[in-house]
Amino acid sequence: MKLTKRQQQQKQGRENRGALARSGQDQGQGFWGPLAELARLRNDITGGFASPFDDLLAPASLLGGWTPAFDVYEDKDKFSVKVELPGMKREDIDISLDGNTLTVSGELKDEEEHKDSETYRAERFFGRFQRSITLPQPVDPNRITATYKDGVLKITLPKTEESKRKQIEVKAS
Amino acid sequence: MNETMGAQKAGGQSPATQNRLVREENRPSRAFVTPPANIAAGPDGYFIELEMPGVNKDGIEITVDGSELTVIGRRQSDIPEGELLYYESTPADFRRTFELSADVDTSKIEAHMEQGVLKLRLPRREDFKPRKIPVAD
Repeated sequence: MKLTKRQQQQKQGRENRGALARSGQDQGQGFWGPLAELARLRNDITGGFASPFDDLLAPASLLGGWTPAFDVYEDKDKFSVKVELPGMKREDIDISLDGNTLTVSGELKDEEEHKDSETYRAERFFGRFQRSITLPQPVDPNRITATYKDGVLKITLPKTEESKRKQIEVKAS
Repeated sequence: MNETMGAQKAGGQSPATQNRLVREENRPSRAFVTPPANIAAGPDGYFIELEMPGVNKDGIEITVDGSELTVIGRRQSDIPEGELLYYESTPADFRRTFELSADVDTSKIEAHMEQGVLKLRLPRREDFKPRKIPVAD
């Protein structure tokens, strides 16, 4: 199978992982992470069928909660952060910046559309979540923008003039 | 990918080999990941919700083959500019297959997409709904 541009980029990104400091709960949804590997192994064993160990082995429950998957991109002017938040309402998402630390939090609400129904499977997460990442360079808190479309939150964080200048100096020396 | 699609079709045609092929089909592949699902059953039908962030209505493909419902969700490749520093999302598309019970009216399945969540409504066939039988004198 041919690698798409994105997959190639992701491969690259994996090698750069250490470049970015992280905080908060982590690793929950990472496809390539060791816990995902475990989940996949479990899937291989059970052939995708339900087993009594499902809940025990689910990556999220091992860590006592759910954390959305983050992707971070950088170019010379800005950082772009993509967060997978399927099925939320725009107004239930909170984004904040403290120094270089970006925090995304919110609540996934169960709409209880099918109150009188019997539940056969409940794999989706509902409840509160919070996730922080620390960006490697200062960003301008006044120029952050965010959009939410198709269950994906995209945050654009322009770098401060100062951090852009610093970058140029390093390259010149 | 074409190979597995072929296997699925063959499964529909030949009941003798169906089980084996279906099991093959459920094995996770690198090209697809299984989206988390919520399934509920009400008096009028079944409800399935599938989480597929990054997929919009145009990326959804729903097929019914006999009693098998297959949902495929293809992500829109909307990549921000710049170099990828760190990631946790999965580059793969989504696929999941469900075995439908006999009381589902497959001609009346409804689907809509809401912020990366596919919501399916599978009504029960009228003749399978519980009904009262009057007692004759």
